[in-house]
Amino acid sequence: MTQWFFELVYTLRGFLQTFGAMNLFFLRIVSYSPRAIIRRFPLVIRQVYNSGTLSLVLIMVCGFFVGMVLGLQGYDNLSKFNSEDSVGTVAALSLLQELGPVLAALLWSGRAGTALASEIGLMRATDQLSAMEMMAVDPLRRVVVPRFLGGVVSMPLLAAIFSGIGIFGAYVSGVIILGVDGGVFFSQMQANVEPVHIWQGIIKSCVFGVAASLMAVFEGYNSIPTAEGVGRATTRTVVLTAIAVLALDYMITAAVLALTD
Amino acid sequence: MSERSEYVVEIQGLCFSRGQRRIFQDLDIKMRRGDVTAIMGPSGTGKTTLLRFITGQLVPDRGSVWVNGYQVDRTPRKGLYEMRREIGMLFQNGALLSDYNVFENVAFPLREHTNLPERLIHHVVLTKLHAVGLRGAWQMSPTELSGGMARRVALARAIVMDPEILIYDEPFAGLDPISMGVVVRLIRQMNDVLGISSIVVSHDVGEISAVADSSYLISEGKVAASGTPDELSKDGSALVRQFMHGMADGPVPFHYPAPDYGSQLLGRDDE
Repeated sequence: MTQWFFELVYTLRGFLQTFGAMNLFFLRIVSYSPRAIIRRFPLVIRQVYNSGTLSLVLIMVCGFFVGMVLGLQGYDNLSKFNSEDSVGTVAALSLLQELGPVLAALLWSGRAGTALASEIGLMRATDQLSAMEMMAVDPLRRVVVPRFLGGVVSMPLLAAIFSGIGIFGAYVSGVIILGVDGGVFFSQMQANVEPVHIWQGIIKSCVFGVAASLMAVFEGYNSIPTAEGVGRATTRTVVLTAIAVLALDYMITAAVLALTD
Repeated sequence: MSERSEYVVEIQGLCFSRGQRRIFQDLDIKMRRGDVTAIMGPSGTGKTTLLRFITGQLVPDRGSVWVNGYQVDRTPRKGLYEMRREIGMLFQNGALLSDYNVFENVAFPLREHTNLPERLIHHVVLTKLHAVGLRGAWQMSPTELSGGMARRVALARAIVMDPEILIYDEPFAGLDPISMGVVVRLIRQMNDVLGISSIVVSHDVGEISAVADSSYLISEGKVAASGTPDELSKDGSALVRQFMHGMADGPVPFHYPAPDYGSQLLGRDDE
């Protein structure tokens, strides 16, 4: 019983230490960001390319298939109530409010987040970060901040593209394959999707962008400088991002519903 | 210590522990300006850790570290970065930035700290690469370089800001005899031609003796012996003799402390 208690306290202390360190790390990144945008703008753009543009194919392909599934499932379920005309509305609301931001964040974490964590971790393991410090260059400003900003900028754009392609996927399966009227598909969507639904998605994707980018750069920067340490940092990036994104999704949804009701 | 003191590095009463393990106990070292000073010692004695104190990456538990007029252990982050602009460091593996080619690696400190026009950066970088014999490799990627070449590129990068102090961490490790000879010559030439002070951490006694003006042998957290390489090779103490002549056993035991061999072997059968 005593050992169990001490182990719990030890684990809790470790969690709080990491959480505190992550917050301090985040505050430092935020305080360096304005100057990085001005002074290292080309580096930030390069990271938007690395994080965003290189994730585009994955996001578009996955968005298309998610949309197709939504169209298919929506049609199947809604047709039981003779409401298959609403398939466009269901797909759009699902994608804009939930699936677009959440799945884009999870996919981004798997492709770009892991790349960021392993890249920074390897730089640590091969003394590149120490070399920068010895050249009087702060690696946090030079390496971490541009990568963080690249992720933050990319995420809302990727989520928007995911939702857009997803709606197209729903159109393909609902209208082209299953024969729902195209005009009704879009008119229903136009009548029922309100700005608050779009804003909810935008806010979520921005918050997820900050959280997912922070996890990736924090884990990479603080990884143990060995092959195993870098591997572990990469895994932790995906796991922590998934938990953070889903938990934040619930909190933002609850907050938006409380404010709009 | 004044700005142009006789000593470029002065370490006084340095104490440092990691957990229960004592790394340094009242370590005193003085490195003369303009000299090549060697820090030697068996593996695991804290030679690289000592460099971390000199460069301000670690703070001692007790004692002080002065480098080129800065009290490193009390200098804030901004001051440390100013101090590091006067220091060039060659890492054991070169630590070249893998995203950039040879030219961009050498140009990196210039781009970060100066507003020199591109044409001048081009001239300076090629001059430094020429000094290390790798002007022809300026377009190569770090992955295309051999260990010796990577270290020479890192050396070019270390001298590109014309530092006052050059620090070498195990510069001979893993090099073939030709590359090793080249690096030995470069260390001496850089020191004399550029009029800088050099600190070389190594356990390659032969190479270090050829290049160092003075040496410190560190063992068990203290300076076990110091002097010119000649003085060290004539030193009568058992530890210095063991280290300088590469004897397997002596004050530094061949075997890491372990329980009784027989009982440990038999003990496994009982498990």
